[in-house]
Amino acid sequence: HLFIPIEVKRKKISKVLIANRGEIACRVIKTAKSMGIKTVAVYSSADQGSMHVEMADEAYYIGEAPSRDSYLRGDKILDIANYCGAQAIHPGYGFLSENADFAELCESQGIVFIGPPASAIRDMGLKSTSKQIMADAGVPIIEGYHGEDQADAKLKDEASRIGYPVMLKAVCGGGGKGMRIVMNEGEFDQALESARRESLKSFNDDKMIVEKYIEEPRHVEVQVFADQHGNAVYLSERDCSVQRRHQKIIEEAPAPGLSESIRHEIGAAAVRAAKAVNYVGAGTVEFIMDKHKKFFFMEMNTRLQVEHPVTELVTNTDLVEWQLQVASGKELPLLQGDIEPYGHAAEARIYAEDPNNNFLPGAGPLRHLKFPLNSDSVRIDTGVTQGDNVSVHYDPMIAKLIVWGEDRESALRKLVYSLNECHVVGLNTNLRFLTDLASHPEFIAGNVHTGFIQEHENSLFESTKSVLSCDQSALACLSLLLFEQKDGLLRDMFISQDLYSPWNSTSGLRFNTLYSKSVTLMDGESEMNFLVTYNRDGSYSIKLSDTLEMEVAGKIFDAEDDDTIFINAVVNGVKHTASVVRYNDCLHIFTADDSFKVQVPLPKFVTMQQDSAITGAGTVAPMTGAIIKVLVENGQKVEAGDVLMLIEAMKMEHKIVSPRSATVKTVLFQEGDSVEKDQSLIIFEESEDNE
Amino acid sequence: MKSVVDDLRQVVDNIKLGGGEKARQRHLSKNKLLPRDRLDKLIDPGSPFLELSQLAGHKCYGKEEVPAAGIVTGIGRVSGTECVIVVNDPTVKGGTYYPLTVKKHLRAQEIAHQNQLPCIYLVDSGGANLPRQDEVFPDVGHFGRIFYNQANMSSDRIPQVAVVLGSCTAGGAYVPAMSDEVVMVKNQGTIFLGGPPLVKAATGEVVSAEELGGAEVHCSVSGVSDHMAMDDEHALHIARQIISNLNYKKEVQSVMQPPEKPAYPSDEIYGIVGTNLKKSYDVRQVIARIVDGSKFNEFKANYGKTLVTGFARLHGYPVGIIANNGILFSESALKATHFIELCCQRDIPLIFLQNITGFMVGKEYEAGGIAKNGAKMVTAVACAKVPKFTVIIGGSYGAGNYGMCGRAYSPRFLFTWPNTRISVMGGEQAANVLATVAADQRKRENKQWTEEEDKALKEPIIKKYEKEGHPYYSSARLWDDGVIDPSDTRTVLGLCLSSTYNTSPQKTKFGVFRM
Repeated sequence: HLFIPIEVKRKKISKVLIANRGEIACRVIKTAKSMGIKTVAVYSSADQGSMHVEMADEAYYIGEAPSRDSYLRGDKILDIANYCGAQAIHPGYGFLSENADFAELCESQGIVFIGPPASAIRDMGLKSTSKQIMADAGVPIIEGYHGEDQADAKLKDEASRIGYPVMLKAVCGGGGKGMRIVMNEGEFDQALESARRESLKSFNDDKMIVEKYIEEPRHVEVQVFADQHGNAVYLSERDCSVQRRHQKIIEEAPAPGLSESIRHEIGAAAVRAAKAVNYVGAGTVEFIMDKHKKFFFMEMNTRLQVEHPVTELVTNTDLVEWQLQVASGKELPLLQGDIEPYGHAAEARIYAEDPNNNFLPGAGPLRHLKFPLNSDSVRIDTGVTQGDNVSVHYDPMIAKLIVWGEDRESALRKLVYSLNECHVVGLNTNLRFLTDLASHPEFIAGNVHTGFIQEHENSLFESTKSVLSCDQSALACLSLLLFEQKDGLLRDMFISQDLYSPWNSTSGLRFNTLYSKSVTLMDGESEMNFLVTYNRDGSYSIKLSDTLEMEVAGKIFDAEDDDTIFINAVVNGVKHTASVVRYNDCLHIFTADDSFKVQVPLPKFVTMQQDSAITGAGTVAPMTGAIIKVLVENGQKVEAGDVLMLIEAMKMEHKIVSPRSATVKTVLFQEGDSVEKDQSLIIFEESEDNE
Repeated sequence: MKSVVDDLRQVVDNIKLGGGEKARQRHLSKNKLLPRDRLDKLIDPGSPFLELSQLAGHKCYGKEEVPAAGIVTGIGRVSGTECVIVVNDPTVKGGTYYPLTVKKHLRAQEIAHQNQLPCIYLVDSGGANLPRQDEVFPDVGHFGRIFYNQANMSSDRIPQVAVVLGSCTAGGAYVPAMSDEVVMVKNQGTIFLGGPPLVKAATGEVVSAEELGGAEVHCSVSGVSDHMAMDDEHALHIARQIISNLNYKKEVQSVMQPPEKPAYPSDEIYGIVGTNLKKSYDVRQVIARIVDGSKFNEFKANYGKTLVTGFARLHGYPVGIIANNGILFSESALKATHFIELCCQRDIPLIFLQNITGFMVGKEYEAGGIAKNGAKMVTAVACAKVPKFTVIIGGSYGAGNYGMCGRAYSPRFLFTWPNTRISVMGGEQAANVLATVAADQRKRENKQWTEEEDKALKEPIIKKYEKEGHPYYSSARLWDDGVIDPSDTRTVLGLCLSSTYNTSPQKTKFGVFRM
């Protein structure tokens, strides 16, 4: 293939519309602003007051929260671009970024779509097409046989052509059924027979596919960039092997363990791939790499990717700036010879999700959100700020933490350190998992592949189950005491004009004796019972068991609000600094090298009342009266607050409402019956979902 | 001094345990909180508790141990408001009222009344101690006075709150019934005039305690109680809410200054004072370790030098201090009178640091009118309406006790140091007086008064005075509000001072000063 530029479209861009939200919208706005380009944001009803809306020079509402009603509404977005006079639309990633129709629509209306030509998107969008183009361009692809001829001999021939090891897959297969890995020719016949047998049994079909089998595959991708003048470059490769639920978690550049020659080879292959589809702009060519460092084309992402910052840090570039330059018809700022990656960068994606529950995505308030300060080597890309919500409608990513170091070891060290400085309270995050992952010896050794998390499941999820150390439990107990102090002082300030009264003291003053009290905190499921003695000098002796006694002192040196304090503490002579956030009965404690939370159990009288409301066996008559209406029948499901019956007493109607959601087991009375006070009216089924 | 303080701490730590391990375990097995834990859950977390008369009943009832007289009393902050809290200790003799239990309860109420502090009664008591009914039932200072006080305090707008955590039988039933607001714990607290055994004896009716006077009955039928709680913790939580709804306002009507710590550490008092009462020291050394910044503006420093008077700040509050620095002479008494007049004029609370053997005696002094000058001081002390606080820091003998605002002069609070002695005169002086009288009588009868006889007469008297003059002896009988560690004096006085600001200043009208 020879690249022939058809026509260079030059367009002055002075205003850009960002058809996206969250961190990438903010990322684009930042660069555009630095270039003196005006920015236009669009937002859905879920994003009113979001960071990208605040940052942009203009912002337009485009619809309801679901993406299909807002961020996927290309027509509306184009209308706004035309209305506000934006010459270009930056689609970010996701949403409309790889929508060829939208790219075409933009072009037809004279608005620059910041991305490749629609044709390139189309070419790369279809798997079979793209593979063929790549094969033609000399980009290595995974060989396979998908033919109709299912003769045993044909399949065996194909296996030899592809090269062992190969994988046999049932065409109708799934869940590993009818799938066999064949390491050499000798195993082929037997493997094929058993795969067919299994497939037939499971799917009533025994058609087979033969594919190259990649052992311990790695995900290595190459950032490419092309302009309208026929220049195309690669900007270092990235390793994104460590994934969960097919989504990347930690990405790095360069990929560990590759020789210079392989780097060059894979980069050159990526550039060939881009040129093969007349690519323009930022793109990523994804390869699968086997353990012998052989790589094969997987697909090309025709957009700027989430993990682009790692490339920026090692190549000292601003890829959004490149995108804007290229879109306005300029040549690439650097050519291949000028690009010399330096050092190592790593990115961790901080998600609202629960790693202990199969990485189930989460949503909720960011009650407390603190990140490390941006510096030359630490960068936070985020689209949210403390007080925002992670919405159920969009990707639950909270932020990206990107660090740079002279080498991989120092980059990973900095990553772990900086992850510890990310404090999130309000929802579950993968922060601890990221820390454990980034400090896992096998990860540090660079032994990464796409099955890394499954392979190391036991060691990776261990720390989430571990119990608190002595110092941590002492800090937790101290935090509770310090909150008590602060609450007391605050209340006294309001109530009493007796400003200097020694009654304001919170050091547990007693005379001729010391004050001791028991404190209970929950560390996960396990109960920690402390005996706290208030010493005369204001310190505490905290006993956690008969053998473990700690001398603890501490004070609040700063507070952000009623529920966020910063404390200095000394536990058995060792100094600690921590920030503590109180949220939903829990204390979230962040120290220099860890974070943990403890629950402050509610008093029994509170939980007893809650329990009785939740598990109540039915309803009783509040007073003597006559039933004038029955609104439910046996077996009916009711919600808390639903009206079940009407009772007339003292010439007044009284509603009998359901105290909880439940299924009605028995209605004990009919209309017209009279009932005594406290008589049972309705009995519920025993609830199964008491939690 | 350190050793007597250590002894005090040891004795108090023992008293804190209440009625012994067995009684505690039995109490805990019923899912009830121990009295001091109830108290801790009632007051604001980590806030001070100024416990009163910890030593009440100490060695007062022969072989019977009645720690703290079976009742814990004191001042604590509940929802930001200082309250007097009275807690029965059912682990001590079933929480029954011994004579000193009554006295302690009444003293707590007196403090509440004088300082206008809301009262919270955590009731769990078997009522009057029946074997001692003659000492607790009918007199002015006996059981009935508790309810008299409740009624009168309520009429003076001092809230009365009862939390019924156990039984309130017979007379005890009036504690909640006379209260403004009542909380009861379900299946635990009971209120009735006659318990099930009495009912059965009287009418033959067989009824359980819960049916007769449980929370269910009193909160939903009789209306004797207002709030029903599930357990102790719940009840105490409700009590805290009741206090937070009192709309009780405290206004400090004084010119305040930010407090300063004394320039000299408080525990240096140990080395200055010591336990030998005959050893003299300058009381200003003590004052310097109590007041803000050790700053003391002395009044009439060169007149009547055996008494030190002056103004200072304590935890930021203005105070006038009157402290003994030797025996009282006419001049010292006049100086005290003048100073008390100043403090009353200016609404400045008075602190008496009492270390006094008495007024000077002898021909010259009687002729100089020491009796009338002493009377002026006593008049001034008795009539002064500013809050008065007395700390006995050494000897407290004879009329000196009166002039320096002893218990009979109704200081708002009176505390004693563990090194002190209190009696009408010193043991040796008393022995000498009695020996002289006996010898004189012999002389009149022309008989010999031998040295052996002299010794035999004196020794038991000296011993008796030594025993009865001991601060534990006096504190056990509530002649004071407690024995305190000298290094706690500043804090204790600060808490007391702050508590008195729940009242507004009162005008003083002095009686006739004999001129």
